[in-house]
Amino acid sequence: MTRRLLFLLPIAVFAVVAGYFLWGLAPDRDPKDVPTVMVDKPTPTFDLAAVPGLGVPGLATGDLADGKVVMVNFFASWCVPCRAEHPYLTAFVEKTGVPLYGINHRDKPEDAAAWLTELGNPYQRIGADPGRAAVEWGVTGVPETFIIDGDGRIRYHHRGPLVPEVLERDVMPLLQALRG
Amino acid sequence: MTRLTVLFALLLALGSLVPAFAVEPGEMLDDPALERRARDLSAEIRCVVCQNESIDSSNAEIAHELRVLVRERLVAGDSDQQVLDYLVARYGDYVLLRPPMKPETYLLWFGPFVVLLLGGLGVFVYFRHLRAAPAMPAGLSTAEEARLARLLAEESAKDPAEDPGEEAGPKRP
Repeated sequence: MTRRLLFLLPIAVFAVVAGYFLWGLAPDRDPKDVPTVMVDKPTPTFDLAAVPGLGVPGLATGDLADGKVVMVNFFASWCVPCRAEHPYLTAFVEKTGVPLYGINHRDKPEDAAAWLTELGNPYQRIGADPGRAAVEWGVTGVPETFIIDGDGRIRYHHRGPLVPEVLERDVMPLLQALRG
Repeated sequence: MTRLTVLFALLLALGSLVPAFAVEPGEMLDDPALERRARDLSAEIRCVVCQNESIDSSNAEIAHELRVLVRERLVAGDSDQQVLDYLVARYGDYVLLRPPMKPETYLLWFGPFVVLLLGGLGVFVYFRHLRAAPAMPAGLSTAEEARLARLLAEESAKDPAEDPGEEAGPKRP
């Protein structure tokens, strides 16, 4: 009986290896995905000055724990996916009324102003980040978006543009759950 | 012309010998010992957007930011481990090029040895079986012994009388 089982061993090994390869080749697995560890952590300590010429105040840690659910979005005028997500983000904010705070990452103030004049400004606050705030938030590039609950804890972190599919699938249900 | 080609080839060969470093002069610390620590530490930290490059050899902006940050923390008096912990708190173990030893990574660290052990065990069992197996089949049973004796007796009985010889046997095609 044990000998019979021994003959099954190569098949079992094959199944394990084949399963691993299948997982590796899965079309919805992105090997470039960088896992996030920021979810469920308190918002990082940061204090960013306003971007001159935008007419909205800057952003600091204290602005994020005022009992409201808010969205924080890292963006830059030089970032093409940011331009792609901008109309969806604007529409989402208008529809749900969730306050959207921006962090303008490694950008020239005049470029940021021109960009927002052209596309419209959905942000209630925008902080100018020369680079360090992104590290504090565990951000690897732009755009990246966070949802902060009323207690100032990070509840969601998304790398890449917020396309409608992601907004519907992840952001909307979470927002409804957090708002009760 | 040929001399120029040789010179060019030589330069290329020399260039490939020198490892590429992305550290900019402006980033370097004045204290050589501290700068040495920063370089060693940077080689252990992954540039999180460049697949498998350390921040020491990447030109990405985030690599520059992290290099400056590592130096700032060292100047502020952090130990090497404190700097790594600071980064792991923000980017996870992913930021470390050398995966840490912990229950989640036991399979990674010990998996190859487990496979080697299993293979060795398989080879051991195989050879032990080979040695234990009888080289010849077991002897004849009593029934077979009796039948063999009968056949031999028959053969020897008719042998001297009429030996058919080779010619009388069935012709091979």
